[in-house]
Amino acid sequence: MLGRDRAAFASHWDAEAAREIAEELKGLEGPLLPILHAFMERFGHINDEAMVLVADVLNLTRAEVQGVVGFYHDFRREPAGRHVVKVCRAEACQSMGSEALAARLERALGIAFGETTSDRRVTLEEVYCLGNCALSPSVLVDGELYGRCDEAKVMALVGDRS
Amino acid sequence: MTMRIFVPSDAAALAMGAEAVANAVAGEIASRKLDAKLVRNGSRGLLWLEPLVEIETGHGRIGYGPVAASDVKAIFDAGLSGAKHPLNLGVVDEIPYLKKQQRLTFARCGITDPLSLEDYEAHGGLKGLRRALEMAPAAIVQEVTDSGLRGRGGAGFPTGIKWKTVLNTEAAQKYIVCNADEGDSGTYSDRMIMEGDPFALIEGMAIAGVAVGATKGYVYIRSEYPHAFKQMVRAIEIAREKNLLGMTVLGSNKIFDIEARLGAGAYICGEETSLLESLEGKRGQIRFKPPLPAIEGLFKKPTVVNNLVSLATVPIILAEGAGAYKNFGMGRSRGTMPIQLAGNIKQGGLIELAFGTTLRELIYDYGGGTYSGRPVRAVQVGGPLGAYWPESLFDVPFDYEAFAAKNGMVGHGGVVVFDDTVDLAKQARFAFHFCAIESCGKCTPCRIGSTRGAETIDKIMRGERVVQNLDLVRDLCETLRDGSLCALGGLTPMPVMSAIEHFPEDFDRSPARAAAAE
Repeated sequence: MLGRDRAAFASHWDAEAAREIAEELKGLEGPLLPILHAFMERFGHINDEAMVLVADVLNLTRAEVQGVVGFYHDFRREPAGRHVVKVCRAEACQSMGSEALAARLERALGIAFGETTSDRRVTLEEVYCLGNCALSPSVLVDGELYGRCDEAKVMALVGDRS
Repeated sequence: MTMRIFVPSDAAALAMGAEAVANAVAGEIASRKLDAKLVRNGSRGLLWLEPLVEIETGHGRIGYGPVAASDVKAIFDAGLSGAKHPLNLGVVDEIPYLKKQQRLTFARCGITDPLSLEDYEAHGGLKGLRRALEMAPAAIVQEVTDSGLRGRGGAGFPTGIKWKTVLNTEAAQKYIVCNADEGDSGTYSDRMIMEGDPFALIEGMAIAGVAVGATKGYVYIRSEYPHAFKQMVRAIEIAREKNLLGMTVLGSNKIFDIEARLGAGAYICGEETSLLESLEGKRGQIRFKPPLPAIEGLFKKPTVVNNLVSLATVPIILAEGAGAYKNFGMGRSRGTMPIQLAGNIKQGGLIELAFGTTLRELIYDYGGGTYSGRPVRAVQVGGPLGAYWPESLFDVPFDYEAFAAKNGMVGHGGVVVFDDTVDLAKQARFAFHFCAIESCGKCTPCRIGSTRGAETIDKIMRGERVVQNLDLVRDLCETLRDGSLCALGGLTPMPVMSAIEHFPEDFDRSPARAAAAE
């Protein structure tokens, strides 16, 4: 899991499959996050129906589930684009020009952070530290880590293989 | 004898193209029909040389780096061992950057095959756990206490004291929780252990379990580390197959098992009580203390929550004895610290040294100065909540107390270097901004003060009522420091105030200067 592009491999919402996932994992101690991660893996996002379903399986209120989904940056309420670009904007990368890189990527893609291009090709997100701080700036593209990044390197990664 | 060729699968190496290099190496081995085996090791921590390819020879491991896939054929053509190839670095162990270090926690990282328990054992692994299994629980705890080991996550609390509390608290179920939510920018030591020597963590957690009477452990890994998570899951499976984990730990009557859990992108979950909430499946909001997690932790059960590096250091303490570990270090900072050199630095990497080194030595002797070649202007030590220091403080000994005495902190050992293009007002603004993004929302000063702080710094940067607004920031920082439950709100003032104190010229903005800058 994980290493691949979640969005690109995600399939459509399937209530039956979702219930199976939730039922299978509900025996874990603290099962909510593992279930939500499994939904992300399978469906690429967590919609309202998914939240109602997991609340039902775990005997939680819908508000409790929504509160958890809303708290964590990872859980998307809507599907991402075909490529997900996460640019590190934390201090180590800042020292190597990540803010300028971030601005250039916004311009090149014509979107702001948190947005997806209108052709659904790229979702641009910020992340605070990828643990590659000696080889900054770092960018995670579709689950793969890249160091010493510049605009050309990132744009090539999202351009030629969609 | 089969020759071993090492190409790291550490995320930093992968980020520089190690996968393509490994494929090229495998291809050359096959096409030349060599009696050689490709091993995917962790990183040695000489990160500017990644991907660092090593060839095992009769006179040590010869390194080549940084290697691109297109270099591989020429390296093989040159005859592999001792060849006069421009990327040849000689015997890796003799590289001064590595040779001068005191590797205890990272003794095996980059050397062994991370997923081979046999290799782990051949390099000193499992000695600590075997010894612990023959000791009384209280004696194990005493050994850890005597070593002087303190929490390497940042707080620096004595590990043995925590363990003792859990040992002495009666309960049907206790837990060991490893905090691998390494969110500080400039740090990657936890990640390197998970990817390069995961059995060290597993052994450390098993020792903790045996010591305090816990049968279940969790490793809470941040989702920004997908490679580390995968590696940890595999290592746990292997440990179960080989009886290092399970119902009879190494054939003893002790039970211990571990589960790896994934965080979901929340810096606050590196705070131990938020982490526990998150493991329980809740919003990662911090808890009031007391009760301490050692008494009422995960699912209200007594819980050891330790940083990954602390736990991965336990095996060598048990193997070599508390005295051997304690002999390293200075004052109340005993043992070694894996320091991570990061940011605008020529030779970034992991440097494990006894406490007492200096930033000057780290940045210039090891790091070789900035990557950009410009003068160093500021260094942030200890992550996003650590202080920004100017060169005049580079000779302070790297030690918990010495750093605290200068209003700084060692934290998790991250050292982020900035050259002279840095604007400390921007960095101070970012500290507030980061706090605003990551605040769990429980305490008002953190939840609201962070946003107000960023706005006030904006005004200063625009040259508006600079003196009054700086007073306001100072006042706000006091409120944050004194009125927050956890370190996020409590320590955000550290980067802000250190920037103002040490780099006042960056805040002295007349409206004319601010306008000119635009």
